[in-house]
Amino acid sequence: MADFVIETPKGKWEIVCGLEIHCQIISKSKIYSGASTEFGAEVNEHVSFVDAGMPGMLPTLNKYCVHQAVKTGLGLRAKINKYSNFARKNYFYADLPQGYQITQFKYPIVGEGRVDIDLPDGSVKAIGIERMHIEQDAGKSIHDIDPKKTFIDLNRAGVGLMEIVTKPDFSAPAEAGAFLKKLRSILRYIGTCDGNMDEGSMRCDVNVSVRPQGTDELRTRCEMKNVNSIKFVMQAIENEARRQIEVYENGGVVIQETRHFDPVSGQTKVMRKKEFAHDYRYFPEPDLAPLVLDDEYIEKVKRELPELPDEKKERFVSKLGLTPYDAIVICENKETADFFEKAAAGHDAKKVANWLMGDFFAMLNEKKLELKDSPVSAENLGRLVELVSQNVINGKTAKDVFAIMAETGENPEKIVEEKGLKQVTDTSAIEAVIDEVLAANPDNAAAYRNGKQGLFGWFVGQVMKASKGKANPGLVNELLKKKLG
Amino acid sequence: MAVDTETVKRIAFLSRLKVNDDKIKDTEQEFNNIFNWIEQLNEVNTDNVAPLESVNDFNLTLRDDEVTDGNCRDEVLANAPDAEYGYFVVPKVVE
Amino acid sequence: MSDLTKLTVAEARDGLRKREFSSVELTKAYISKMEESRRLNAYVTETPEHALEQAAVADEKYRNGIAGELEGIPMGIKDLFCTKGIRTTACSHILDNFVPPYESTVTSKLLQAGVTVLGKLNMDEFAMGGSNETSCFGPAINPWKAKGSDADLVPGGSSGGSAAAVAAEMCAAATGTDTGGSIRQPAAFCGVTGIKPTYGRCSRYGIIAFASSLDQAGPIAKDVRDCAALLKVMSGYDAKDSTSAKVNVPDFEAVLGQDIRGLKIGIPREYRPEGLNEEIAACWDKGIAMLRDRGAEIVDISLPHTKYALAVYYIIAPAEASSNLARYDGIRYGLRVPGEHLDDLYINTRSEGFGAEVKRRIMIGTYVLSAGYYDAYYLKAQKVRRLIRNDFLEAFKKCDIILTPTAPTGAFALGDKSMKDNPINMWLNDVFTVSVNLAGLPAISLPAGVSGQGLPLGLQLIGRAFDEETVLKTAYALEKDVHFVRK
Repeated sequence: MADFVIETPKGKWEIVCGLEIHCQIISKSKIYSGASTEFGAEVNEHVSFVDAGMPGMLPTLNKYCVHQAVKTGLGLRAKINKYSNFARKNYFYADLPQGYQITQFKYPIVGEGRVDIDLPDGSVKAIGIERMHIEQDAGKSIHDIDPKKTFIDLNRAGVGLMEIVTKPDFSAPAEAGAFLKKLRSILRYIGTCDGNMDEGSMRCDVNVSVRPQGTDELRTRCEMKNVNSIKFVMQAIENEARRQIEVYENGGVVIQETRHFDPVSGQTKVMRKKEFAHDYRYFPEPDLAPLVLDDEYIEKVKRELPELPDEKKERFVSKLGLTPYDAIVICENKETADFFEKAAAGHDAKKVANWLMGDFFAMLNEKKLELKDSPVSAENLGRLVELVSQNVINGKTAKDVFAIMAETGENPEKIVEEKGLKQVTDTSAIEAVIDEVLAANPDNAAAYRNGKQGLFGWFVGQVMKASKGKANPGLVNELLKKKLG
Repeated sequence: MAVDTETVKRIAFLSRLKVNDDKIKDTEQEFNNIFNWIEQLNEVNTDNVAPLESVNDFNLTLRDDEVTDGNCRDEVLANAPDAEYGYFVVPKVVE
Repeated sequence: MSDLTKLTVAEARDGLRKREFSSVELTKAYISKMEESRRLNAYVTETPEHALEQAAVADEKYRNGIAGELEGIPMGIKDLFCTKGIRTTACSHILDNFVPPYESTVTSKLLQAGVTVLGKLNMDEFAMGGSNETSCFGPAINPWKAKGSDADLVPGGSSGGSAAAVAAEMCAAATGTDTGGSIRQPAAFCGVTGIKPTYGRCSRYGIIAFASSLDQAGPIAKDVRDCAALLKVMSGYDAKDSTSAKVNVPDFEAVLGQDIRGLKIGIPREYRPEGLNEEIAACWDKGIAMLRDRGAEIVDISLPHTKYALAVYYIIAPAEASSNLARYDGIRYGLRVPGEHLDDLYINTRSEGFGAEVKRRIMIGTYVLSAGYYDAYYLKAQKVRRLIRNDFLEAFKKCDIILTPTAPTGAFALGDKSMKDNPINMWLNDVFTVSVNLAGLPAISLPAGVSGQGLPLGLQLIGRAFDEETVLKTAYALEKDVHFVRK
């Protein structure tokens, strides 16, 4: 990708950016207690005495959360650490009942890894993963019920989180956007996080610094917490970079601080400064022994991994003949890729891809439907493509058939049969129609033969019209040329 | 490593405890006595000694992912000094 | 009738089984004792009606032949154990009127075995102290008095109420917890027996945490057999405590009376520093002689890092405590002192709710974990902690069990000025006990003599991890020879 440079009258700057993404783990119960993680319960219903930080309560680690983390680590092509341990991060906050968060600090469960992102120009860039650890979510503070009070709901307190930390490898807002899409895609493929940023099950902290173009300086960075959409992340990076550049160009210094991204203005602003900076006083969690995994376990999880988006994309290109662009779009979402594979089975995959990305997606868009609610099944889409491939119907008719399928959900073969839409491939039948057309238009036939080549298309049109659109256009062309000789 | 007034204030705030101004000097003195006594640990050579985090020699036992707890809001809230509409209530938190 | 309170748990159990008396009678006898001895301030919450209801159920079970192992035995529970529906405060103002909606695993097991609960016992606030003087309910008082003096003495701490109540026969036995000596030192001060089992032997679920890597529950009782019987019931793996150990719980009583000939008794030379109290030294020597006379082999051992144990302890325990006590913030339970902003509420609540010693330890713990000091203090302490544990591992290559004094002195007067003025002087009470917690080992304290002033002195036996059996059988042998007369 072309370097992303911010140019001002005073100079050229580049961005250095890293992301920290908190992903809610898909599991039935919380990471350290047996309370439900289900979304949308009554206030404080999914709260155990452990989650409420009651005296004498102790954490117990959810086996499945560990499994999900290892699976995610493998999906990030990362090193799984066979030894990891838990630590307490100490701070006071109303929705943090224990007064500390049980997280991992020195020894995270997942080490360095890599995610390849696809950039708009078709190139691929590797983004380094620094680490990933597991921890508990906090509860929710609700500030808008009463002007003088804050209300605390602990339903979310203790839900498992995976915190993925990237290396500062992003040099453009679009790269961060592509990364988040790819990460979301991987998480959904492997089923460890639903990746919904608008519901908060995936939350992004953005670290940004800038430096003069072409240097390898590492300047002070600022962090923006909880930016909650891909678009906002991209905006936050660019606008924060511009703010820092302005500070430097006016002779100032950037102060390391946590800033808040305001989605309305698109700007970042500094959060209220505390009298004393945080000092989290991490230390090993004495209530949980270290977590030790063996190779056998890691191998077992590895065998459970589905084909990941990159591998699928590669197979669609090399084995099914899709263009890289089509493969990327189809593979971003596992449901789409699965639908595609089902539709393409036994048919011309390239043509199925064209249909899927063209009329099919347009139809879903128009009807505002999710893929799973599509009236046109994968099998029927495949059958439709097959009818065209077999010259049973032509492309134009196929579009009409598809429109009927979208309304009725019917099998295309049945529609073609019932409506008598099979195209005419019988040469003698077509020849008869051509003869009729020529006989009815002797002047034009003569004009064509005298050099007015432009009339050929007009004859094709007349023949198609006379055959009510059912004639095979290829045959019409061929036979017309012969007859007009 | 002497403990000074600023440190006492910072530690008190991190602990969310109040040390009255007239007690700061005493606290400082007491801390310095205690940490002078603790300094004896510097006599011990701990090069190449791994920190002992847990006396347990066994691996962590993990829990199956089943919903076995929760749904006890009344008991969770029973001891709360202030609760309304099923929430715990605190003075307005300014973000 | 009041003779019933003289019985040990084992004797009472036999009497109940033989239907010589009922649990209601036994419980009533203890309730009268509890009422007569209120000046000792051993109980902070009395639950006599509750105990009598349980006793009636126990008697019914005896009649139906379905009695539990400790059916109908009246006990006191240290106020650090959460008891469902019974106020539990850790003797801290900050937990004023906290009524847990759950039961600790250890007390659940005791209830399951049939004990009746007379009430909750006094202790140092959050188990931080060695004299029971930090309790927000005021100190429990040792039933013993020095010869010719009427001055009140401390019962030791932190399980001071437990030891005092057992000594004064205000319960048949009590639960205690031990983080740095909190079962053994008060047992020694009050002339009773208490065992801190191996870390992981008893579940910590539902016990208000002080220092999680050190805390263990254990019984305080009239003699070694009672400790064995109670420990068997209190022990066992608990899925709700990830640090509890998946090991078998032996029948601890079964080993009592076994021969100790040939057993190697380690005597650590570092426990005899210059200036060791002569009476304590003499008591120790007598214990050594008794075991030798029974055919045990006395082995000189070294635990070279002993002198650093207290400093290590006073880094690690406060560090963990500073974090464990962060949850007392005035939001979900306990005391709330209002404030304009949330931080004010926190500060007001915690400043008023915690006592001086607890605040001191929270601040020490916060300091040793804070940025820039972690390596110098906390990490260093963890390293020396490993050396201390290694000392024991080495020593146990040469011996089977270690005999030491429990505490450097006998019980002292309430309000001792030197300890009030300098907390380190109070902390020195734990000098012989803390290493055991740092290493996670089992240890018992049993009365082994009386001082010139007529006050009980205790000896401590330390065993290998999960070898409480050797600890108990050696203690039982020693007990036979000591002929200690309880208060």
